[in-house]
Amino acid sequence: MKEKIITALNRVTKSGLNSFWRNKWVSTATISVMVITLGLITSLFLLSVVAGSILTDLEQKVDISVYFKLSTTESEIIKVKSELEKISDVKSVEYVSRAEALAKFETEHENNPLIIKSLEELGENPLEASLNIKAKLIDNYESIASFLESTRFSGMVDTVNYRQNQKVIEKLSSILGTVRNSGLIAILALGFVAVLVTFNTIRLKIYSMREEIGVMRLVGASNWYIRGPFIIEGVLHGLVASLVTTIIFYPILVLISPKIAAFLSGIDIAAYFRNNFFQIFFLQTLVGVFLGVISSLIAMRRYLKI
Amino acid sequence: MIHFKNVSKIYPPHMVALENVNLIIKSKEFVSLVGSSGAGKSTLLRMLIGEEAPSMGEIIVGDVSINSLNHKEMPYMRRKIGTVFQDYKLLPTKTAYENIAFAMEVAGKDDSEIKEDVPQVLSLVGLEDKANQFPYQLSGGERQRVAIGRALVHRPDILVADEPTGNLDPVNTWEVVNLLLKLNELGATVILATHDNSIVNNLERRVVLMEKGKVVKDDAKGKYLI
Ligand SMILES: Nc1ncnc2c1ncn2[C@@H]1O[C@H](COP(=O)(O)OP(=O)(O)OP(=O)(O)O)[C@@H](O)[C@H]1O
Ligand SMILES: [Mg+2]
Repeated sequence: MKEKIITALNRVTKSGLNSFWRNKWVSTATISVMVITLGLITSLFLLSVVAGSILTDLEQKVDISVYFKLSTTESEIIKVKSELEKISDVKSVEYVSRAEALAKFETEHENNPLIIKSLEELGENPLEASLNIKAKLIDNYESIASFLESTRFSGMVDTVNYRQNQKVIEKLSSILGTVRNSGLIAILALGFVAVLVTFNTIRLKIYSMREEIGVMRLVGASNWYIRGPFIIEGVLHGLVASLVTTIIFYPILVLISPKIAAFLSGIDIAAYFRNNFFQIFFLQTLVGVFLGVISSLIAMRRYLKI
Repeated sequence: MIHFKNVSKIYPPHMVALENVNLIIKSKEFVSLVGSSGAGKSTLLRMLIGEEAPSMGEIIVGDVSINSLNHKEMPYMRRKIGTVFQDYKLLPTKTAYENIAFAMEVAGKDDSEIKEDVPQVLSLVGLEDKANQFPYQLSGGERQRVAIGRALVHRPDILVADEPTGNLDPVNTWEVVNLLLKLNELGATVILATHDNSIVNNLERRVVLMEKGKVVKDDAKGKYLI
């Protein structure tokens, strides 16, 4: 029994390889369509990685600061800090003491002797201590700002800079949301179209072989014996398509990556592609093989009924 | 034993191809099925291998009712029957050798057996030098002989030949007929559908005459007169 299965697998594999090679033109057509599909899917994937990193970057640049009146003691501020940290929406709170604020101010303006001089003339530190707060989500800032503006803290809080930035933050928040949602929809829609094109190409191929499939049945082949070579062929198509996609894709990526990096500093997609090469290649191959095999199986179904 | 029991076939919407056919073919019999074009010969044979289902009635082979077989069981039944199709039905992407080997492969025969039998059958049908040619590279008669080779290579219990000599010259025709007789001698039931009255008249075997979907004559040692 085991031997029979091995013989059958051997025959099916050989037949699949044969038909892959003999139907060169059909294979080429199928593979080209698959390459376009896989290329598109991989581009969309990389695009979403880039867009995602831009969005996170932007999101991370947003924070709000609360400035404390000069009379507030450090321990009072630390208390507020620990209270803030207990709020679940808050990601991090950073304390900037008056001295630190001054040091930072001085380094920022060290080339400006006028400011340094007037600061010296003042004789004391005019800067307020502050807490820099980052929220987990951009939409959380409103509630954090209201919390700080509550009457409990009115004695020590001088200003919360949220109100100045409120418009910008809200705008950014809505843009981020739109980009994420519509990006996802666009990716899904394009991916779906690409998959559909591949599926239909394979369906046409199977359609052109419908009589053969019927003949195999009439000569006494079982369904799996008929499907076998098509599965092997589907695997080969997916594999070759994935290889070809990578071979075409990588040089293009290397070419355009510096241009993108110039636009958006810190994003090197070529490097990202290299670092995640195996995951990307594996997923891409998986999609190709899956498409090749499943499309064949679905398209064959009706012709196996004889 | 093959038993057609009250078999009727109506191709939709209302083409009556067979009407109430009753026919018993005993094991190891050699039967010629004759009748004018459109009489229903091919339809009858197609139902024997389950290519078409009868609209009414039942077909029994051995102790199995063909129309009750499910999808998984059907291939096993078909492997016991060798069929020469009127339109050959060769696999266009396989060579003559591979087409013949295919019938053995699906039946799960060993590679060694295939390597031995296929060349034998190829020379039996006179195609040893065309083994690696694809159907489109063969003449009509050569294709027909590949089809015959495929039908008999796995030594089926039943050989169904639908007009297997339609494209052959007289010499080849007689070689094929003699081949069928030989297989019959070796124990196969043979059903031969044909128009060719010279074959039938020389065979002196059972002749079943069909007309407009009905069996109209059944002679143990018949002649086919037009
Ligand atoms: N799939 C089909 N759909 C509709 N009508 C069909 C179909 N197949 C056959 N027929 C009709 O059924 C009748 C019998 O056809 P069949 O092929 O059995 O004839 P035959 O005796 O084999 O003829 P021939 O000697 O020409 O091969 C014919 O009139 C044919 O037109
Ligand atoms: Mg016919």
